[in-house]
Amino acid sequence: MEINGGGGSAADVSRILSELETLKTVKSDIDRRISALEAQLRDTTNIEDKNDTVSNGSCPLISAVHSNINHDLTPDSVYRYSRHLLLPSFGVQGQSNLLKSSILVIGAGGLGSPALLYLAACGVGRLGIVDHDVVELNNMHRQVIHTEAYIGQPKVKSAAATCRSSSDKEVFSRINSTIQIVEYQEALRTSNALEILSQYDIVVDATDNAPSRYMISDCCVVLGKPLVSGAALGLEGQLSIYNYNGGPCYRCLFPTPPPTSACQRCSDSGVLGVVPGIIGCLQALEAIKIAGAVGEPLSGRMLLFDALSARIRIVKIRGRSSQCEVCGENSAFTQQQFKNFDYEKFTQAPLSTLPVKLNLLPEDSRISSKEYKEKIDNGEAHVLVDVRPEHHFKIVSLPNSINIPLASLEVRLPEISKALKEEEEGKAGASLYVVCRRGNDSQRAVQCLQKMGFNSARDIIGGLESWGCDVDPNFPTY
Amino acid sequence: MDVTDREIKTKNAECKPAENKGSSVQIKVLFFARARDLTGLTELPLELSSGSTTQDCLNKLVARFPSLEEILGSMVLALNEEYTNESVIVQDKDELALIPPISGG
Repeated sequence: MEINGGGGSAADVSRILSELETLKTVKSDIDRRISALEAQLRDTTNIEDKNDTVSNGSCPLISAVHSNINHDLTPDSVYRYSRHLLLPSFGVQGQSNLLKSSILVIGAGGLGSPALLYLAACGVGRLGIVDHDVVELNNMHRQVIHTEAYIGQPKVKSAAATCRSSSDKEVFSRINSTIQIVEYQEALRTSNALEILSQYDIVVDATDNAPSRYMISDCCVVLGKPLVSGAALGLEGQLSIYNYNGGPCYRCLFPTPPPTSACQRCSDSGVLGVVPGIIGCLQALEAIKIAGAVGEPLSGRMLLFDALSARIRIVKIRGRSSQCEVCGENSAFTQQQFKNFDYEKFTQAPLSTLPVKLNLLPEDSRISSKEYKEKIDNGEAHVLVDVRPEHHFKIVSLPNSINIPLASLEVRLPEISKALKEEEEGKAGASLYVVCRRGNDSQRAVQCLQKMGFNSARDIIGGLESWGCDVDPNFPTY
Repeated sequence: MDVTDREIKTKNAECKPAENKGSSVQIKVLFFARARDLTGLTELPLELSSGSTTQDCLNKLVARFPSLEEILGSMVLALNEEYTNESVIVQDKDELALIPPISGG
């Protein structure tokens, strides 16, 4: 049977259109009515909420909408966190615990960004953020809590603004305006750590350096706080919970700090943005489990994440060490000792992430980037050796430089001799300059070259960074 | 991931001649973080005389990769995904993991 028979079609379309029009009008009336009733209901229950608090919620309620509620969640909270409440293993009790908890996140970078986003969204009652850094363009690929508008501004300010609105213009970017956010726009040190950490139930270590990790762990032991510790570098991540329910602390596992050469930073070694993202999310998860008092926290175990091979391994780690200098049986590590402990000296590494500036060479073995520019302009015969690793050289390099990574310098000396000879043809004596990213490896290279007989070798102070800063502002920095 | 590991193990066993009557054991060493950078490897099959300890494994590894020395004092050692110390005797097909701490973020 044909439905659309010939001339009937135009009439059908007109009928359908007219019916649609009618239904839409009715629908919009209904929507308006629903919205008005909902607002009315909210106002009514809010008032009753306040009455509840006064009467301690124990007296029988007359209002039908409010009959059997045996918890302290407001109607808004019930709706906002309903998907948590629907989880049998989390439920009202878990959410209620979460709303009453306080969590401190130290570091608002690659790990802290996702951790803070989820902790704010899930309704942690009070969320503290510690960071002394400012947002930079090269953070954006992984520090997803910050927006471009905040480049150059403190990370704490940026992160807090995303979590909850601090002015009307940010109203669209806030995640949860119902929780309390506390901003600590300062570096964590032994002088302020006790005071700050003592105000929270749970501490999340989202920092990026070894001395901070020891300091935070020790402070948590002294104050008896559980520590959710995450780390990420390159394509790997690590996660564990320390000082929880008689479990080990960071020092039980790593009593001796690794040598400085083994402590790498994202700014040197690189990091795939999503890797700290995953570890930061897992930190939020573990913190939520502790705060909500649900599940089996990752204490006494360490999670190892390997992004390249898509493997997650969970290794059972040692229990609390009775020999531990901080949490061990015979340890008498007090708050006062904590305050006096020199973590930078202990780990031979700075608490700040500022790159080290070595000074290994006498002045006459070095030239500034500006002086080097003059030598190019004057057409001086020279060879420029770039001692950075090959994958750095591929990012950007100076014209006519030859790439011989520091690690292979000694075996590739003949290449330098050859380049010098070619440069000297028809000219008298070519100079030898060495450059790297920041001016540390170039000094090591010059020391090596001078030892091997290249006495005139000199390095460019501050490396390519100073070239970008003092000579060519359009030169890409990384 | 467990399945894959088992498959690799089986393959290794198939490649090897079917002798070694208790005279030696073959273990798999897993490298993480800095240990990966220093060796350039994520894992390595290692043959040891039976009765060897985890310390013997480390000695053999350092002999092959001298730069590993720098992290020996500060890493977690796990045998078959459980914490271990240097004096434990390794068994055939054991998996020894070298886990130095990462501090980045």
